[in-house]
Amino acid sequence: MFPIEKYHYAESVKDAVEALAADEKAKIIAGGTDVLVRLHGGNSDYGCLVDINGLSELKEIRMDGEGNVFIGSLATFTEIMDHELIKKYVPVIGESLATIGGPQVRNSGTMGGNICNGAVSADSACAALVHEFDLVIEGPDGERVESINGFHTGPGRTILKKGDLLKSFCVRPQHYKGFSASYYKYAMRGAMDIATIGCGAAVKMDGELIETLKLAFTVAAPTPIRCRNAEKAMENKTITEESLQSMTDALEEDVKPRDSWRASKDFRLHLIRTLAKKVTRQAAKNQGGSC
Amino acid sequence: MQTMNIKLTINTKRHEMDVDVRKSLMDLLRELGYSSVKHGCGVGECGACTVLVDDIPIDSCLYLATWANNAEIRTTEGECRDGKLSSVQEAYVEEGAVQCGFCTPGLIMTTTSFLEKNKGKDLSREEIKRGHAGNLCRCTGYQTIINAVETASKNG
Repeated sequence: MFPIEKYHYAESVKDAVEALAADEKAKIIAGGTDVLVRLHGGNSDYGCLVDINGLSELKEIRMDGEGNVFIGSLATFTEIMDHELIKKYVPVIGESLATIGGPQVRNSGTMGGNICNGAVSADSACAALVHEFDLVIEGPDGERVESINGFHTGPGRTILKKGDLLKSFCVRPQHYKGFSASYYKYAMRGAMDIATIGCGAAVKMDGELIETLKLAFTVAAPTPIRCRNAEKAMENKTITEESLQSMTDALEEDVKPRDSWRASKDFRLHLIRTLAKKVTRQAAKNQGGSC
Repeated sequence: MQTMNIKLTINTKRHEMDVDVRKSLMDLLRELGYSSVKHGCGVGECGACTVLVDDIPIDSCLYLATWANNAEIRTTEGECRDGKLSSVQEAYVEEGAVQCGFCTPGLIMTTTSFLEKNKGKDLSREEIKRGHAGNLCRCTGYQTIINAVETASKNG
């Protein structure tokens, strides 16, 4: 039996927001693949739950007339990976989610949970950063939209406030049209593992030139990060060993990896340099570049 | 104790009950006598508690019983009909993919849904491995399990 002290099964988004706002200790439970693991371990921070699993409107994946792709916060990893809109317009999202856990975990876990729990290693975070997701949030004062840029504020921390409920992710056409992207997760095992380093890149090519590069990492700093110095270094360059080298030199200003039992800081830095080149090349290749 | 009234179908049998909101689906199923559902790691790593909820495999240890409301649950017991094993169960026997047997019911359910989802596809051993990455077996070394999935895929 999980040590749940208080359980509220939300009947609507409004009901969930009210329940979350009313109790200082209230936490959202969605897919349960993080929250129930913590409860199993006896973590009393998760004793008061607002269950949002009845809110089927949060499962929707759709595109509006302007080309905005909406992914409901409660859609499971598998539902997102298997969805035709995702495969067609933003395939790197599905590729990233395919690296999470194993099939059973992907059938329960949600991207909303993966982003909102603030994990530094969140496999969906690189895709979210390179496609500059907007997050549609319902709070006690109504609906607002926040960018993924700046959403994570520290390990396990985000800008979400008491009473906030993420409803959906929105991928704007200007952030995916003309871009091709790639993700690589370096982990010790082929599945059921946490990233040692995760790297995502999206590129927009002008012939052989990289017009825009968006480069993101997980586990390379206290939050998932975009690498603005490295991106700038690659602007209007062709992909050569030299240009990639100057990008990785600039990259060292962007990242701040740490020692942990999983890997040393030096090894992580080595992975960061190696993956920045590999994933940028792959993203360009996905757009038909000759690198 | 907080309870919720749920209706669910387990292996085609309908149930209605008040369930403690703190209970996992794994605990509920075991209490109802479905002892094929094994309590392994309890944290979604080993897959021994895998059951199908509306034909989708999930770790029932990380699944609140309340979420099974209005759902159809399948466990290994229900795959055997009129005393006859399913093609997946038959393949596990045929290939010697069972040693201590603790992981077997969970694996049977993963294979069952994997082959239903990939019906008609020519599956590589690599794809089979990826599709079964959420189930641990500490006896077989997996080769016989992969053989069993291949055999079931041909015989299914």
